[in-house]
Amino acid sequence: MLKVMPYRRHEASSQPPSLYPPYRSTVQRAPRQPLILLPHTLSEVTGPVYGHNDMAPTDNDLTRQHAGEPLGERIIVTGRVLDDGGRPVRNTLIEIWQANAAGRYFHQKDDHPAPLDPNFTGAGRVLTDAEGRYQFTTIKPGAYPWRNHPNAWRPAHIHFSLFGTAFVTRLVTQMYFPGDPLFAYDPIFQSISDERARQRLISKFDLETTRPDWALGYQFDIVLRGREATPFET
Amino acid sequence: MDLTPTPSQTAGPYLHLGCTRLHSVPCIAGPQAKGQHLRLVCRVLDGEGNPLNDAMIEIWQADAEGRYQHSDDPQSGNCDPHCGGFGRMPTDEQGRCTFETIKPGRVPEANGLQAPHLNVSVFARGILQRLATRIYFEGDPANGECPILALVPEERRCTLLARPDPNHAGEWHFDIRLCGNDETVFFDV
Repeated sequence: MLKVMPYRRHEASSQPPSLYPPYRSTVQRAPRQPLILLPHTLSEVTGPVYGHNDMAPTDNDLTRQHAGEPLGERIIVTGRVLDDGGRPVRNTLIEIWQANAAGRYFHQKDDHPAPLDPNFTGAGRVLTDAEGRYQFTTIKPGAYPWRNHPNAWRPAHIHFSLFGTAFVTRLVTQMYFPGDPLFAYDPIFQSISDERARQRLISKFDLETTRPDWALGYQFDIVLRGREATPFET
Repeated sequence: MDLTPTPSQTAGPYLHLGCTRLHSVPCIAGPQAKGQHLRLVCRVLDGEGNPLNDAMIEIWQADAEGRYQHSDDPQSGNCDPHCGGFGRMPTDEQGRCTFETIKPGRVPEANGLQAPHLNVSVFARGILQRLATRIYFEGDPANGECPILALVPEERRCTLLARPDPNHAGEWHFDIRLCGNDETVFFDV
């Protein structure tokens, strides 16, 4: 008999719903039928081991990917990736992308009239180490306007994409900065109903990570789903 | 430390910058992979039937013998080295993206064998949490005995079927309808 150890399920309040009308794009893009509960089989508890063979030395330093230095506030973002049992998620790929210091993405569809920075692309990747740690050096992204509602602005954020150990642990999220005055007005952030859950997306300023005369440090730990304690016969 | 899983957020309209600009994966299984080779054309549509030109699709699948390239599959040691099992692509202006792959074998499950299927994730602006679905193959005799497909109401199973293109041999099409008429079945994984 093949033993498949399933992963724990999310508590609904810890995650955003599919449909959140204040975030207008969800209206035509959110399923209305209930999701069908999928028991975990080999298809769900396995997943791609991806991104390990093509890391470049400057992939985790977004300030060194061009001939010159980008403009803006240099920051170091670090943290651990753990599962919900507190075990480190080792050697897993983290991809990040973000706007530049002026709030403009290096992307043909971003038409915000803020300057592009020839020395900043805004994309990076890193693998977690044996303790689940990661670190990026980058520039603090700017806030930027979007068309969701009149005078809509996104709080400054960095997009994170993680694979984890299985198909079910895949996570795409956003990291925010402490004290941002735009949180209250941002329907993407507010789509998570539970205040404590929202707080999990806000990085913490960290003096220990801060490098004297160089860069401010922010700590952002990420928790992925972990295994149920008991294996099921399947 | 708080060990509740981190909430998901949308990948947004600029996901290409971090995910597919340099790191798209159109080839899930190479030309030397064993099995029935196919070109899989996926299309993503919104509730009004408009194509999504800013989505990303990821695929995770087994090799032709139903083995995953992953340490949790007890058969992974024999897995076809030419079938990595992973692909991801951004959708184009028509909402389409194409993968080169093979038809996977049957993967074991508690009560028998699952029918050949691909595991699919959809990311896009307006999708707050990754949407997970499966692609099965129209006409496969195993579909009728797949314990997972049996969990789906019969009238909705058709939304999980890829169909062969009558004009292009080896090409299969799969439409993902996020909501509205013929909404695709999505799974709580």
